[in-house]
Amino acid sequence: MRTVLVVFAKEIIENLRDRRTLASALIMGPVFAPAVLAFVINLSITHSMEDVEHTLELPVIGGELAPNLLSYLSSQNIDAIAGPEDRTAAINAVKTGEHDIVLVIPGEFGEQLASSVPAKIELVSDQANTDADRDARRVRNALRGYGQELGSVRLLARGINPAVLRPLNIDEVDVSTPSGRSGMLLGMMSYFFVFATLMGGMYLAIDATAGERERGSLEPLLSLPVTRDQLILGKIGATCVFMALSLALSLLSFHVALNFMPLEQLGMTSNFGPGVVLAAFLLFAPFILLGAAVMTLVASFTKSYREAQTWLSVVLFAPTMPIFIVSILTLRPRLEFMFVPSLSQHLLLVDMVKNEPVNNLHVTISVVSTLFFGALLTWICARLYRREGLLG
Amino acid sequence: MIRVEGIHKSFGKVRAVRGVSFNALDGKITGLLGPNGAGKSTTLRVLYTVLKPDAGSAHIDGVDVVSDALSARRRIGALPHGSGLYPHLTARENVAYFAHLCGLDRSEVDDRVDEIIRLLEIEDFAERRTKGFSQGQRTKVSLARALVHDPQNVLLDEPSNGLDVMATRSLRRLILKLKDSGRCVLFSSHVMQEVAALCDNICIIANGQVAIDDSVDGIRSRTGCDDLEDAFVHAINMVDPE
Repeated sequence: MRTVLVVFAKEIIENLRDRRTLASALIMGPVFAPAVLAFVINLSITHSMEDVEHTLELPVIGGELAPNLLSYLSSQNIDAIAGPEDRTAAINAVKTGEHDIVLVIPGEFGEQLASSVPAKIELVSDQANTDADRDARRVRNALRGYGQELGSVRLLARGINPAVLRPLNIDEVDVSTPSGRSGMLLGMMSYFFVFATLMGGMYLAIDATAGERERGSLEPLLSLPVTRDQLILGKIGATCVFMALSLALSLLSFHVALNFMPLEQLGMTSNFGPGVVLAAFLLFAPFILLGAAVMTLVASFTKSYREAQTWLSVVLFAPTMPIFIVSILTLRPRLEFMFVPSLSQHLLLVDMVKNEPVNNLHVTISVVSTLFFGALLTWICARLYRREGLLG
Repeated sequence: MIRVEGIHKSFGKVRAVRGVSFNALDGKITGLLGPNGAGKSTTLRVLYTVLKPDAGSAHIDGVDVVSDALSARRRIGALPHGSGLYPHLTARENVAYFAHLCGLDRSEVDDRVDEIIRLLEIEDFAERRTKGFSQGQRTKVSLARALVHDPQNVLLDEPSNGLDVMATRSLRRLILKLKDSGRCVLFSSHVMQEVAALCDNICIIANGQVAIDDSVDGIRSRTGCDDLEDAFVHAINMVDPE
């Protein structure tokens, strides 16, 4: 046991003095990740805010033919401005990106309207342009609203209740809580936590085999009167500590960063107080051992530091695959998912952040199965550390 | 005392060592001499137990290196070829780390590390991190690390590689000091003069086999060559290539 502690202490001291290790453990995960999330969230907020707030300037051709329509549009915060000369010019303007949308009112518009024939009106837009599509949708909705208003007036003039055209009255009842809505977006967090955890121990994991070998310190180390199990356990232990440090820091920095995100404007609240931070740490803690063992294992097969780095960057993304798949398919937590490390942590964290009740059986299975895989891989690491080929 | 009896070791199709036997006695310096790729390092690696022999046996002070590797390692101090240090630790910390791993008492580690630092004349740079050390400085620290637990048997794989004249001289002095204190010193080299200047006994290895195992004078008379370099070449040619 003393030997394991000696190795452990030496690894900790050595890596605390290594700028590269410190940068990846303390800066990459904890600072980089919340910054990315804050950026994404702010971007999506400003985008959705724009819809309602800003006045849309709509180039119109033939606006003088439909003064009522224009005043209706302006009541919807859509201001008509002078458009291109004619329809062809309008299509070109949209194609070249000079305008996003152009409304074309043909000369016969007034005539058709007066004789109750469906009056033709053209909206030129590029539907492949998502940004423009949102504006086009806004204009389309406004036009539809104007059309309905006209229709109602016509029915009333004929003594018919306009309600006959609305056989259904659809009323949507949204039961999602504000934090429920934020859950999807904040689900990205578990991806970052997994990433930060692995990143924190990456260089220590490389050092355990490929690094020691490349430096020529492995052979002297192996010729000492200690068992290889003791060496590898001390090294994996130190890797775990750095991973835990990186995880804790990134949880804390998210806790702080969320205060600066205008989630309320999206109708969201985030449930990421100190209690959830602590619970999330405990939830992810079993994953640390697994991560340390996987990284050490993969690095032990590589010939050099560089090769190890290449392979480990692949490993960084492996545990995030199940999270992606589940996020895309928006699957709900299921019992069998709890056996999958990283996925179980993700699903449980999402529940916590959404402020939904967390299933205790699910937590137990997640912890036990993740610890089991971690122990198994540590054992395999130790077995492989005993082989002769380790010297390369 | 080290006893090697008919060890074989292959890596895939390469038969690196084919039945090497020799003895290295306490209070003597034994040289393992041979051209590059002769099997010197492989033999030494079997002795400090990072490789297992395919056949044959080796004993350190009577302890089998295969069946009781841990006890065998306790009796040796090894300087593997191209030994590296931990660049973020100071020279002293590098040595102390090995002292702790060798199971020295916490209380005696500091004294022992001081002692070995004095013995190897590394006081001047003992407190500096080893990143950027010269080859000579690195070898000295590696040696201090290997000797910190005061082992009875000392195995050095090409220790003088990359050393300048001064460093080689102080290494030689150290090896003689170890001999005088009754240690068993076994070191490998591909330089005949160096081995001849130090060794009581020389074991010339070529193609994974022992060509000659004798004293310097014995080698001269058996090969019929007065010049040591000629004797070396002659001995190597005595081994059948495959």
